[in-house]
Amino acid sequence: MSKNTLTIDGKPVQFKEGETIMEAATRAGIYIPHLCHDPELEPQGNCKMCEVKVNGRNCSACTFPAAEGQKVLNNTKELNENRRIIVQMLFVEGNHLCPGCEKSGNCKLQAIAYSVGMMDYRFPLIYPKREMDSSHPDILLDRNRCIFCEMCVRAGREVDGKDVFAISGRGIGNHLIVNSPSGLLKDSQLEVTDKAANVCPVGAIIIKRHGFEIPIGQRIYDNKQIGEVSVATEKVLEEKIHG
Amino acid sequence: MTWSESKQEKVLTIVCKHEKRQTRLLQILREVQEEFHCVPRYAIEIVAAELGLSRTKVEGVVQFYSLLSLEQQGRFHILFSDSITDQFQGSRKLMDYMSAKLGVKPGQTRSDGKVSLGFTSCTGLCDQGPAGLVNGHWISRLNESQIDRIVDMVEREVPVSSWPLEFFHVEDNIQIPGLLLQSPIEQGEALKQSVRQGFDEIFIEVTRSGLRGRGGAGFEAAWKWRFCAEGPEDYSGLSLVGRNERYVVCNADEGEPGTFKDRILLNSNAHQVIEGMTVCAGVVGAKQGFIYLRGEYYRLRPKLEAILANRRANNLLGKSILGRNGFDFDIEIHMGAGAYVCGEESALIESLEGKRGVPRVRPPYPIDRGYLDQPTVVNNVETFAAVAAIAAYGGAWFATHGTEKSKGSKIISISGDCERPGIYEYDFGISIAEILMDCGAENTLAVQVGGPSGGVISGKEYHRKLAFEDLGTGGSFMIFNKKRDILEIVRNFTHFFAHESCGFCTPCRVGTTLLKNQVDKICDGHSTALDLVGLTSLAKFIKTASHCGLGQSAANPVLGSLSHFPQAYKDRFKDVVFEPGFDLDESLETARQMSLRDDPWAHLEQ
Amino acid sequence: MAEKLKIATTSLGGCFGCHMSFLDIDERIVDLVDIFQFDRSPLTDIKHCSEYVDVGLIEGGVCNSENVHTLREFRKSCKVLVAVGACAINGGLPAMRNFVPLEECLAESYLTGEGIVNPQIPSDVELPLLLDKVHPIHELVKVDYFLPGCPPSGNAFWRFLTDLAAGQTPTLPYGLVHYD
Ligand SMILES: Cc1cc2nc3c(=O)[nH]c(=O)nc-3n(C[C@H](O)[C@H](O)[C@H](O)COP(=O)(O)O)c2cc1C
Ligand code: SF4
Ligand code: SF4
Ligand code: SF4
Ligand code: FES
Ligand code: FES
Repeated sequence: MSKNTLTIDGKPVQFKEGETIMEAATRAGIYIPHLCHDPELEPQGNCKMCEVKVNGRNCSACTFPAAEGQKVLNNTKELNENRRIIVQMLFVEGNHLCPGCEKSGNCKLQAIAYSVGMMDYRFPLIYPKREMDSSHPDILLDRNRCIFCEMCVRAGREVDGKDVFAISGRGIGNHLIVNSPSGLLKDSQLEVTDKAANVCPVGAIIIKRHGFEIPIGQRIYDNKQIGEVSVATEKVLEEKIHG
Repeated sequence: MTWSESKQEKVLTIVCKHEKRQTRLLQILREVQEEFHCVPRYAIEIVAAELGLSRTKVEGVVQFYSLLSLEQQGRFHILFSDSITDQFQGSRKLMDYMSAKLGVKPGQTRSDGKVSLGFTSCTGLCDQGPAGLVNGHWISRLNESQIDRIVDMVEREVPVSSWPLEFFHVEDNIQIPGLLLQSPIEQGEALKQSVRQGFDEIFIEVTRSGLRGRGGAGFEAAWKWRFCAEGPEDYSGLSLVGRNERYVVCNADEGEPGTFKDRILLNSNAHQVIEGMTVCAGVVGAKQGFIYLRGEYYRLRPKLEAILANRRANNLLGKSILGRNGFDFDIEIHMGAGAYVCGEESALIESLEGKRGVPRVRPPYPIDRGYLDQPTVVNNVETFAAVAAIAAYGGAWFATHGTEKSKGSKIISISGDCERPGIYEYDFGISIAEILMDCGAENTLAVQVGGPSGGVISGKEYHRKLAFEDLGTGGSFMIFNKKRDILEIVRNFTHFFAHESCGFCTPCRVGTTLLKNQVDKICDGHSTALDLVGLTSLAKFIKTASHCGLGQSAANPVLGSLSHFPQAYKDRFKDVVFEPGFDLDESLETARQMSLRDDPWAHLEQ
Repeated sequence: MAEKLKIATTSLGGCFGCHMSFLDIDERIVDLVDIFQFDRSPLTDIKHCSEYVDVGLIEGGVCNSENVHTLREFRKSCKVLVAVGACAINGGLPAMRNFVPLEECLAESYLTGEGIVNPQIPSDVELPLLLDKVHPIHELVKVDYFLPGCPPSGNAFWRFLTDLAAGQTPTLPYGLVHYD
């Protein structure tokens, strides 16, 4: 094998110096499930959806550096079972009423749940009490659906150059806060064109008045698996950003 | 000046005292909290503006640390330790007693703003519990008559600084001193020896000693130091050019319930600890060091500051230490603010930088990129104390003690059901049975070695030995006798982890709470054998999928008790296939009351 | 021909949407009644389950004491119990009241709310009492299978039941599993 090669589920994959396993996989068109990773943002590794086995050890693909000769396992029964547990945890942690959610069908949490065959919640629901913020004319923040991926936090800081969102609290009491004197979205710098307003993988940050443009049943993941969609879009993005 | 202006003035004074440094954020907020008994919104605005941070970053820090609060607390803020040993010593009952006398519930502030009550995970006084904190000051060996007096002083608003000193009396409680505690070094002895021999030689001594970290994980100290010393230069992408700074950090967070040996070292052997840090600085070439002191050890701070000042005066800290040109090193104390996870070295570094204590992604490790992205050594208090002794007496002296893989001695803190709780120091390799004998433990049901994150052992295993290769411990050694209910212990530990999870990663953030709910369900008698399957798989998942050591050990109490005390679980299970996880009849109570019904149809069987 | 399998259905705290969707299997209902005989169900108006039922489909979450009794009857009779639809699986829309204390809910509805003429909390032994919280059914009884959707599509019902009838673990292909 040539230099800078690792294997993912037995398939050789080339990587560049300094790349993560996720980046190498994306470039090679291999889907590793992820919720808190975006090619445009600094990886953070909080959702643990991308957990793979590297030479027998559990690692987060989005943060773990690729290295020569690594044997990476990704699409295995055990790892997919773990991913099912993670989506189940995220579902019971928040208040996800998909039937009433505009994001339904375009939601990455839901899509991963579909693709790992989540039929039930496994755990008792937590039913947390969380605030909704509909003050902004164009953007809705429904904390009931937040999964703490911090994509909006990072997108604001790294791409938009605005520090709009942050995580406050600790542990299960974590909650998203908004940088404005009133704590409301309407008084923040957030604009509808910002990456922070558009990056949320779930229905926690939603652009108003667009929710039902595409009818249910014809939305992104209604008939296509997230792996397929992700590889098609993120491979291009990855190559554009990191060459 | 108006009233509100004077308040803002106070905030500004605090900010300026800390030179408006961002890394000082947590220190600033602690002082604001002390001044105002909360961190008011306007203070967040001022601090954020002055430090050039967003208000959300500041608020995020306030809400992360349990000793800081947005809500107004009482002028007397009283916290009771909720550690299991305190609970077994009757802390909950005492809290009820105090709560009734003061007319305020735990977690609340009395309407007159005078007093608030609460629980805290651990105060580091498990050997002299039930213990707590009054405005950050230790109070130990609580009982009803003492509480009567406290309540009286609170009602009369006697400032804590005027309370009789006996209230704050805390003993070292050294029961059996060993290798280190028996032969403390003279002040400056280790440094003089180092300067005489040269730091290259001292590094060889430390290597020869085989010293492994005393904080838990047991990494070889010399190995860590070498990587830090040789650490990478000139990162591309970093603004720093030339040789990177190096930092030495003493981990005095001691947050593991049941551990209090660092408290004694800092109270009575601080010179030696600081000297160990200084030796380390000499070896790795660091100019700046930090002691990260847990918030609950507030009372040790003045003493430590005095020792640092004394050492500066004696040329054992500061510029050209012992007259050696270029040997410059000084130490700052950073206080924690109630977050167990900040004992994890990368979370500790985040906290030192003034941030939320969220563990970093590794690699890179702190020895590579630590404080301010510079190579940083983090070692435990006891590790540094041992370093000083090794520098003074030689590596060989140390290595003749202990076992092949675990050289030297270990200081352990014993609490729980025994005649003589306190501090014991043994050469590694001592058996659990011998320790139990020494401290007068009888009828022992279980020993929790290494605190909630460690492991539980039962009678069959008391021949096992204290050593990294057998039973490792950061120092916590809790003893439980046969009157104790193992599941209550598991419940306490599981609640501890749920409370202390930083919330960064899904498996631990959600998993620890699910685990807590499951264990509650079992303890409350609402479970069946079916629940066991789910409990085990959840526990194993949290252990393997979590981001840091906290999550990775959060399920240990469940897994350990399941394998050692399966019967304790079986005894609680109902003999049915399925049992709702809550009290059904109870959940009709509101509707019953509001509709004024109590007929048979207004009730449900479980 | 082998004896038909018995199937029972009910709606607890649900909107009957799942039952309506069930009927969306359209003319396949004819094939279905070749395999299944309907026992207790709003479709048959049989009020109680037979002693032995093969499959029980539950729509809706557990909101009140009557739901508890019904659910228990189903669990007792049915060999295989299926949580059908979002409400049975996670409480669904009715569970939105879980964020408000029951006291406030009742007060708002019967005492203090707008346009209330004769404010009083209904009290009659015939009326089921509300539980403090709405619960998914798996928190009260053991559930064997889950059929998500709000409602699950007719095709999902069809596939699920024919799999069961064929004696195999129901597996729904991508596109038939929906949470909305
Ligand atoms: C959740 C957690 C809490 C920890 N708490 C402490 C602590 O209070 N004190 C300590 O010395 N090490 C603690 N550690 C271990 C540190 O991460 C680190 O390994 C240690 O400070 C290194 O010092 P040593 O090599 O001298 O032991 C903790 C680790 C974890 C995961
Ligand atoms: S965010 Fe996704 S999972 Fe949550 S309710 Fe909306 S569609 Fe469902
Ligand atoms: S609002 Fe959305 S993007 Fe932001 S942390 Fe929550 S889930 Fe992630
Ligand atoms: S394991 Fe727990 S404490 Fe550690 S990073 Fe994850 S959430 Fe935080
Ligand atoms: S995508 Fe890697 S942890 Fe979230
Ligand atoms: S009634 Fe079917 S999902 Fe609510």
